[in-house]
Amino acid sequence: MKMRQWFNTGTPWIWLNAAAVATSLILVFGLLGLIAVRGLGFFWPSDVMQAEYTNQQGDVIRIIGEIHDEEEISATRVRDSGFSVPDDDSVYTRYLFKVGNRDQYGIDFRQVLAKDLDAITYPETVMVIERREWGNFYGFLRSVSESGQVVAEGEAARAELNTRLERALDLHEQIRDIEKGDIGQINYELERLRLRERALELEGSTNPARLADIAEERDYWNDKYQALQSQLSELYSKIDRDSLSAEIQDGRMVEIPLAKVVHVTYPNDMNLLQKIGTYFMKLWEFVSDEPREANTEGGIFPAIFGTVMMVIIMSIIVTPFGVIAAVYLHEYAKQGTLVRIIRIAVNNLAGVPSIVYGVFGLGFFVYFLGGNIDSLFFPEAKPSPTFGTPGLLWSSLTLALLTLPVVIVATEEGLSRVPRSLREGSLALGATKLETIWRIILPTTSPAMMTGLILAVARAAGEVAPLMLVGVVKLAPSLPLDGNAPFLHLERKFMHLGFHIYDVGFQSPNVEAARPLVYATSLLLVLVIIGLNLVAIQIRNRLREKYRALES
Amino acid sequence: MSNTQTIKTNLDVPTSSRSGSLQDEDIALTVRDFNLFYGDKQALKSVEMDIPRHRVTAFIGPSGCGKSTLLRCFNRMNDLIDTVNIQGNIELDGQNIYDKSVNVVDLRRRIGMVFQRPNPFPKSIYENVAYGLRLQGINDRRTLDEAVEKSLRGAALWDEVKDRLHDNALGLSGGQQQRLVIARAIAVEPEILLLDEPASALDPISTLKLEELIYELKKKYTIVIVTHNMQQAARVSDYTAFMYLGEMIEFSDTNSIFTNPKQKKTEDYITGRYG
Repeated sequence: MKMRQWFNTGTPWIWLNAAAVATSLILVFGLLGLIAVRGLGFFWPSDVMQAEYTNQQGDVIRIIGEIHDEEEISATRVRDSGFSVPDDDSVYTRYLFKVGNRDQYGIDFRQVLAKDLDAITYPETVMVIERREWGNFYGFLRSVSESGQVVAEGEAARAELNTRLERALDLHEQIRDIEKGDIGQINYELERLRLRERALELEGSTNPARLADIAEERDYWNDKYQALQSQLSELYSKIDRDSLSAEIQDGRMVEIPLAKVVHVTYPNDMNLLQKIGTYFMKLWEFVSDEPREANTEGGIFPAIFGTVMMVIIMSIIVTPFGVIAAVYLHEYAKQGTLVRIIRIAVNNLAGVPSIVYGVFGLGFFVYFLGGNIDSLFFPEAKPSPTFGTPGLLWSSLTLALLTLPVVIVATEEGLSRVPRSLREGSLALGATKLETIWRIILPTTSPAMMTGLILAVARAAGEVAPLMLVGVVKLAPSLPLDGNAPFLHLERKFMHLGFHIYDVGFQSPNVEAARPLVYATSLLLVLVIIGLNLVAIQIRNRLREKYRALES
Repeated sequence: MSNTQTIKTNLDVPTSSRSGSLQDEDIALTVRDFNLFYGDKQALKSVEMDIPRHRVTAFIGPSGCGKSTLLRCFNRMNDLIDTVNIQGNIELDGQNIYDKSVNVVDLRRRIGMVFQRPNPFPKSIYENVAYGLRLQGINDRRTLDEAVEKSLRGAALWDEVKDRLHDNALGLSGGQQQRLVIARAIAVEPEILLLDEPASALDPISTLKLEELIYELKKKYTIVIVTHNMQQAARVSDYTAFMYLGEMIEFSDTNSIFTNPKQKKTEDYITGRYG
């Protein structure tokens, strides 16, 4: 009886509600927390350990590296993984030890048992080098050389290395600017000239003046290329001048050209402030740099750029299209069976799996539309396709199609909320229906359109499956937006954060090294989507504020 | 009985333009044998009436009697409802407004309308008033400024809003909104102004201001007003039509309707026996 009374008070129901809300919150923050901790921890310059390691043969060797991961495992599993341990039930701590130096040992990671490590020290002189190839290097700096001649040794080497490294990085920057910028532009212009020549050929025109023009222009660019080329080889010889020698864990000396070095750090010799500085520098690099080494190193800027670009183009396509469709359905179409069927169809479109849209996009946009555009407008480029291949435009269009139902439904809801008195007021002043829709109804509906767009952006930014068919690639050679006219290259392939996660996580040759990157990239994808949504929500709130009084 | 008493006191106020018989008036709108159907249901039955120019004509009658429907026929707002069918003529200057050759947009410019609830657009006060002019393609800043000021003065709203013309119109009070809507309607300089229960959503002071405004407006416009409130009809109108169940029962000058109704139904209604 008491129980029943308690039920009747409604208290259990409130508790149930609270539990549901709490669970949702825990899930959301747990998810974000996990990817944030796993992803952001990666950039922290952790201490480098030096230890004596007794291997299976009983030899004692020195190992240097970072503890990447640690787990408690049972004796049975230890035996299964090839270690000989006493036959009992004890539990062992196993480290995943990052030794780096892939060029020397072939692997970056070693599994070691904590009990086999001895004489653990954290020497202040240990050096970590982030390299352009072969991943991290761990060792002790011994000397710095210029053209094979040692210029500094021992204690003095560190300072000498810093100044010379700065010079090398500066040179590297110059080389990259020339290669990516100037030579990229020359290649682009030369390709255009080739296409122009080919177009003339296809027309059957043998106008010597125009051919001469092309030849002249080509000579101009070729000359420029020659000049840059000699400049480049000079820079290359300059950057190759210096190198450093370092001792690795087995006592060998390794020579590393400074041209291959991105950073040198001495994590054991850093105070907290320096570590924080390094941390943010690495974080910034991750966000602003291009990827290296099959995407497992460097940054993910092209992927962020591609994602945002694709979402923006998709929004530009889907919003007017969806709004026009909704206005027709709500304002003009005679409400009857046909319109009801169309509405049901539109709603069901939202439930079609996204990969199906990808297949449609590939078949219709890429092969049919793109193929025809190529034969009509770019015959000179054939047989290599211009638009007849997956690219940014087709990806945006496919996702626009995918998100169209959301925009239509949201806009229609907004249209039905416009009070009738507002329409009548406008019509009574001598406005036509079109003028009423354009000047009164659409502005009043704009917050609802923004709601549709917010939902569309949230869905589109996270879609990966259809994009794999219609335009995303592992590594795009150039951004879809650059300094070469017409600046926006919709036909280019692009990189995407979602695909990047998949690629780094599952397609990378070095899974252990890539795992933190998967978390970091996921976090960034979430942040990008949140960012895009916040912008849209901000706009919507402004609009709502403007039309708020209408809703009462 | 106290009801009729108040009306009489109100009528005692001498109004200069309160005129005699309908025959002497210049006629603006003529309704001839006008029927209207919502689907199968007949809402207006053979309505016949003449609406005099530069006078205030009030429609009174119980809810659902068709007075708003008739009013909305004058600027063809009923066209928006699919199920409506009409028969008969409404003539504006001798031209049947339901003729095929009539341009509805032009008609609505000539016959403005103010609705029951204030319906300002979610724009600034200025843009609300300029809306009709902009529709006509007038975008010249000076012309618009002048027209906006003139209309707002005409609607007795200028002094209250002149310092915040570019604020959102939805921030005004109900009474101000209703006067803004009137300013908006007179900005396009219509010949006739239709008021559909304009005071029903307003407080007594706003109502009073609105009635004063109507009195001013009739110097320039022909006004047709639908009202639930008989005192209001008595106060503001020169002519009053009593409608009942879609029929025009009696139409005469306001004085005779309220003091000496010819029909039994009219008398019953104004003395409060039903309504």
